[in-house]
Formats: sequence, structure tokens, C-alpha cells
Amino acid sequence: MERRDFIKSAIVVVAGAAVPMSALELMNPKDVLAANPNLKWAFLVDTTKCVGCGMCVKACKTENDIPWTANVSRTWVERYVVTKEGKVWADCPKQARDGFTSPLLDENAAGKISVDPNDIAKGFFVPKLCNQCDNPPCAQVCPVGATYKTPDGPILVDRTWCIGCGYCIQSCPYGARFFHPIYHVADKCTWCYHRLHHGMKTACVGACPFGARQIGNLRDPNDPVTLAVLDGRIGVLKSYFGTKPQAFYIGLSKEVD
Amino acid sequence: MLVHGEIWTTKEYFVYPNEYVTWAIQIVMYPYMTGLVAGAFVLSSLYHVFGVKQLKDIARFALVFSFALLPVAMMPLMLHLQQPFRGIEVMMTPHFTSAIAAFGIVFSTYATIVATEIWFVYRKYFVETATALKNKPDKGMIDSIRQLIFSALTLGAWDISHEALEKDHKAISIMAGIGIPVACFLHGYAGFIFGSVKANALWMTPLMPVIFIMSAVVSGIALCLLVYTVVMEMRKRMAKLKKPGSYGYQDLKHIRGVEDHEVKLTAKFLMIFMILAITLELLDLVFRGYTAMKSWDALRAVIYQRDAFKVFVLQYTIGNVLPFIMLLWPRITVKRAAIASVFVLFGVFMMRWNVVIGGQAFSSTFHGFMEYHFPWVPVNAETFKEGWPGVLMVAVTPFILFFILNKFVPVFLVEKEKEV
Amino acid sequence: MSHVWRPLWVVIVLVAGVLTFRHFYVPKDFGIQEQGYMYGFHRLSNEQDWINFPISYKFSKDDSYCQQCHPGHVKSLLASPHAIIPCEDCHGPALNHPDNPPKLQIDKRRALCLRCHANLPYPGAGRNVMPGIDPLTHNPGQECVECHNPHNVMEGLQ
Repeated sequence: MERRDFIKSAIVVVAGAAVPMSALELMNPKDVLAANPNLKWAFLVDTTKCVGCGMCVKACKTENDIPWTANVSRTWVERYVVTKEGKVWADCPKQARDGFTSPLLDENAAGKISVDPNDIAKGFFVPKLCNQCDNPPCAQVCPVGATYKTPDGPILVDRTWCIGCGYCIQSCPYGARFFHPIYHVADKCTWCYHRLHHGMKTACVGACPFGARQIGNLRDPNDPVTLAVLDGRIGVLKSYFGTKPQAFYIGLSKEVD
Repeated sequence: MLVHGEIWTTKEYFVYPNEYVTWAIQIVMYPYMTGLVAGAFVLSSLYHVFGVKQLKDIARFALVFSFALLPVAMMPLMLHLQQPFRGIEVMMTPHFTSAIAAFGIVFSTYATIVATEIWFVYRKYFVETATALKNKPDKGMIDSIRQLIFSALTLGAWDISHEALEKDHKAISIMAGIGIPVACFLHGYAGFIFGSVKANALWMTPLMPVIFIMSAVVSGIALCLLVYTVVMEMRKRMAKLKKPGSYGYQDLKHIRGVEDHEVKLTAKFLMIFMILAITLELLDLVFRGYTAMKSWDALRAVIYQRDAFKVFVLQYTIGNVLPFIMLLWPRITVKRAAIASVFVLFGVFMMRWNVVIGGQAFSSTFHGFMEYHFPWVPVNAETFKEGWPGVLMVAVTPFILFFILNKFVPVFLVEKEKEV
Repeated sequence: MSHVWRPLWVVIVLVAGVLTFRHFYVPKDFGIQEQGYMYGFHRLSNEQDWINFPISYKFSKDDSYCQQCHPGHVKSLLASPHAIIPCEDCHGPALNHPDNPPKLQIDKRRALCLRCHANLPYPGAGRNVMPGIDPLTHNPGQECVECHNPHNVMEGLQ
């Protein structure tokens, strides 16, 4: 091939590449602040108070119409058992909808694991739910605009518009999303958006007898959650993903992520 | 009550309760098929843009075959959707911060380019056929319909003077030139779909789109080489049956010569792209082990223990090393190149499998694993769509489409002209 | 005009067709909302759809909702260590109650009590501090409520 021909061909190739690249310009999102400056929901989990009764999971499934027998849940509770040698065991039987009533750990196909009580250095429970991230990867990757962040925080799914591609489920580092077994669309915790808008707390917060779960408004300086988030020593899950989770945790241990 | 993916997922140790293998066999098929499309097009462009004259015969074939594969790149995506009838929304309300949304735009752009290029390549044939049919004295129903179709295919451009055809040739190389980056984009973003998922430790790497493009070209060339050989063998059989001078007769020696030449040259290009693809894949693997991020313990368990057979035996040994030696061995024959292509195709398929299924083989907790069991027996709509029937549908459709397309845009047109 | 532009006309017609279809297919309130294109591209009325989702649990402060009709029960509960447990945790959501009283099914099963009172020997966990039993040895097969009054646990065993 002549050198001139090659350069000519190369120019054609580069010019062709410019066409699809122009689509990238559309990707610049509008950097708009939340419209309602008076409302910004935040969740506070105090893991030191959780006893693993699973009442929150039960209430959530009932309130939000997630089939009781389906092996998915908008919220769940994890149990961590750390031995004196530093071995970490964790489980979450049936999303903890029936609580933790047995010392045996449910390791799925690996069977039930028994840990000698004398070997246990520490054991604790960690409630989990959607973090309603400020940079939600799930909303970013939805190809059709079926999932989105509301101005006051929670991320919702449009059940009439979701195509069920599962991209959001893959992109959530927290495993908060799943396919609804009846509607066959992506489903997730909404922080009981309907309850919040009627001045109520979420079902899981209401059901927790121990105050391990709280929800509050970060724009209200006197809200106990705001005070805890601003003044207390709190952590978030998997901060290294840059998702900016809005569910804050008291008493996180290094085994938890 | 089963949720999507539960039927073929086995969890072991601590896995988040909502985690399942939600992207199953159809998502393995999807990058595989788009890869074949892109690869076939790149092969045809080697002739049209970069002027590799020796590839003339296979180039035309690759172009039409690439067009036949196009609708099939879309099929696995549709079949894996939980709401397949809403698939059109990707075109209606595209959300471009999502790699999948690019699908609608890039896919249509690419389809347009390939269709346009084919139109320019075959315009003369359309005009000639339509004119011949028009002048035919006693036309039957079928001939009238054919005349109508071919007249429509000319788009009203009946001028086949030398100057007009010159313009066509120029247009072909321009379309082929635009086509290469779009083909790479089409497949590169399929890699981007995986590479940009930061939640998945195995998928997330900027190398992913490049790895996907390289393996796409590899698989595309291999498939073209294989199908081309099969078609040429069939033509040889036909040539043996026909007497010299009868309609459609072709010289056996001529076919053999063309086939031998094209296959050997294509095999060389196949090897070049294989080297690039394997280098990148190994680089990725080495880098993960060396940097050993938090996820490495889980990844190592999957790659070196749980999926070791699929990764090192099926993908690397049978799919890469073996065909590479076969292609590299001196005195290559058409048969050996074709068999090597089968192994290459298998290897690229296993690579897709190990990326898509392997990426879901460990939990985001890094404390547990998930195993995917292919649903051999379809028991419900889910295992029908994402089981054998769905896979076969995707695998067979391009050949049916190619057969139909060949009726309107005959791939081996040039030789026929020569005989007449 | 040169014939090479013919395919372009076909493309223009197709794009126009798609845009026309889109006009009728996509809801009018679909678009880029307050959160911007990356996170806020959606059908606006879907927010209201979620707000309209039916509420099941009342979870009123100090069980004031239940107190309106059942003051005695609530009073005895509030006087006991079980005061922290909302009525609806055991009695089920108050949706459509009192309009449809039989709908409330009280969970009296042993499994309900074990959620808190099956002892788990985890040093430092709240669960370990709570009164707990070993379900395998503590009167297995019997319902807890046969001996214990869940509303007034301090009442003394029957």
C-alpha cells in the first residue's frame, strides 16, 4: 500500500470516529442542586443496638409488598461472628426475615456451620438497606431513565418503564437491588417514600424496638440523625466506590463492608 | 416463589441475599455475536479501505455476512430482558450515561453504514437484474414480484454508466472507512458495559473494551474463515456435479485456487489479532495478581480454583494455544485453518463465558461464591429464553438470514459474471 | 444531484419515522428533572405514583393509635419491658383495621419470641445481654404464651 493511500485511509477512519464521539457531549449531566432545600433524607444505623430480631425485615416485606417466600428483600440483617483466631463468619438466613434464632451459621451450599462459643471473640448484627447514594451508580447506568434520584434523596424505580435489563442490579456494590418476582422489574428499598411523604418514619424504623434504625432530615439542624451525622463518629459502607452513601453507621467493624 | 436467576444459581458461604446470577447465557451470547459482527466487518474493510487486494473474494462475503449477523447481535439482549416488549424504550428515551443506551444509536448507525455499503456494492447488480426482469417477455407472479423488489432496491438510481460506478466505488471506501471505527465502537462499548461496572471487581478495568475489540476481531475473522471454507467446499461439490458449459458451471481448479489463497491470507490476519488479544488478556490477569487489591482473594479463588478448568484448559489451552500452534505450523492447509478456526471460536466463546459468568461467580461480600448451572431442560419461560431454545435461536438465525440475503445480494457474484 | 445521496434520503425518512413514533410513545412528563440528566432523567409523575403507594403500618408514637380502642392493653404493655415493642410487630399491620377487625392475625408462635430470646453467645452484643433461653432445651414444642404474658412479662409465670 502506498504511504499516501494509508494516510488517506487513516483520515477517513478518524473522521468516521468523530461521528460516534459526538454522542459523548450529551453525557454531560446538568449539575443541579436538589430543588427542595428543606428536605434531604438520611438514615442512621446503630449496629451496637441491633439484636438481630429481624422485625425490620418482616415489616418491610409486609409494608412494601415483597412476597414473603421470595428469597429477596429490600432490607436485611447480617450476622458476623469473629473467632479468636480472626476467622470471620457471616450469614443472612432468609434475609433475616425470621430473625436469628440459632447459633448455627447458614453458609448456603456449604451447610450450617457451628462455631464453639468459647472460640468467639465477637459477634454482632448489621442491618442493611439501600444507601440512597448521592452518586448512585444504579441511576447512572439505567439505559432508559427508569430509575432516578428524587430531589429529597431516595432513588426510585418506575415500574411502568423498567425494561428489566439488570444493569442496575449489577452496578450496585451493596446488593440492594433485585428483580421483583411479580412485576419482573428492578426493585429496591425506597426508604418507604410513601410513608415519608405522609410524615411517617419508614416501616423498618417503626418496627425496630431497640432504636437501631433511625431516619432523619439532614436539612434540619436539630434532627437527632443530623446531630449524630455531624457530631458523631460514623462510617459508611464501601466508601471507596465514591457512591457517597446516605445511610450512616455507628459501630461499623472492619469485617463489615 | 422464585426470583429471576434463582433457578440456576447455587450460593456458597456468605452472599448478599439479593445476589443471583442475573446475567446468564444470553449475556454471554450478546458480546459474542456483536463481536462476530464487528470482526466480520473489519475483515471486509481490510480489502475496501486498506486495499488488501488479495482478500477481495472473502471481503464481499464478510460484508454480507456481517449484515446477516447484525439483527442477531440484538436478539440476546431482547431475550434476556425481563420486559422484552419494552426493549424499544432504549431507542425512545436513551439515557446516554448508560453504556447500554448507546446500543440503540451505535447499532442503528452501524446498520445504516453496512446497508449503505452493501447498496453501493450491489447497485449495479440491482439495476441489471431489474432491467433484465423488465425486458423478460412472459413474466410469472414471482418474476413480477422480484422485479418490484429489485426496482425498489435501486432506490431509483438507474444510472450505471462508468462515471456513476466510479462514484459508487468511492462511496464504498468512504463507508468502509467510517464503518471500522463504528464497528469498533459497537463492540468497544460492549466491553465498556462490563468494564465500567465498578461494583464488579472482575469486570472493572479500562482494558476491557480493548480486550473485547481484539477478541471480537479474532472471532469475526475465524467465523468468516470457517463459513467461507464451508461455502467454498459446497461450491466445489456443485462444480463436480455439473458439466462444463452448463448453466452455473465453475471451474473446480479456479475455486480451489481462490479458496486456498484467501484462507491462507486470512489465517495470517487471524494470528496477528490473536497475539494482540492474548497479550492484553494476560496483561490483565498478571496485573490483578500483582496489585492484589481487596477483591483479589475472591478473584483468585474463582480464576485459579473454581473456574480453573474453564479458564486455563478450555479458554487458554484449547481456545488459544492449540489453534495458534495449528496456524503457525508450516505448510498450512485449508482444512487445518478451518479446524483451527473452530477452536478459536470456541476459545472466544469461553472467554465471554468466563468474563460474564465468572464475574458473577463471587459475591460482592468477597466472602461467598455463586455457581451458575446452565438450564439444560427448559421448564419455564425463563429457562426457555435463557436456555437451549434461546441460544439455538440466536445461533441459527444469522445463517437463515444469510441464506435469504444471498437471494438478493449474491455473495459470489463476480465469478458468475466471468463465466457469462 | 448525485445518486450517491439516495441512501441518505432513506435514513432521513427512517429517522423522521422514529421521531414521530417517539412523540406518541413517550409520556409527556418524561425528561430531565431537578437532579440533572445523569441521576434525574425520568417520568416526573412516577414520584407521585410512589407517594400514592398504600401505607400498611401505623407505628404511632407510644402506640397512641391502638390506644384509642385498646387503652387497657396498651397501658399494661407500656408498663412492662416490652413497651419498646410496637403493637404491630406482633399483631400485624393496622391497615384496614378497625374497619375489618378479623384481618389482624396475632402471631403467637414460639418463633416470634425466639427472635429476641433465643440466646446467642456473642460477647459485646446486645443480644447476649437480653434474657435468653436455649430453644432446644427450654420446654421445646410449647408455645411461650402458655406460660408468659407478652403484654406484662413481669406479671409472674402462670
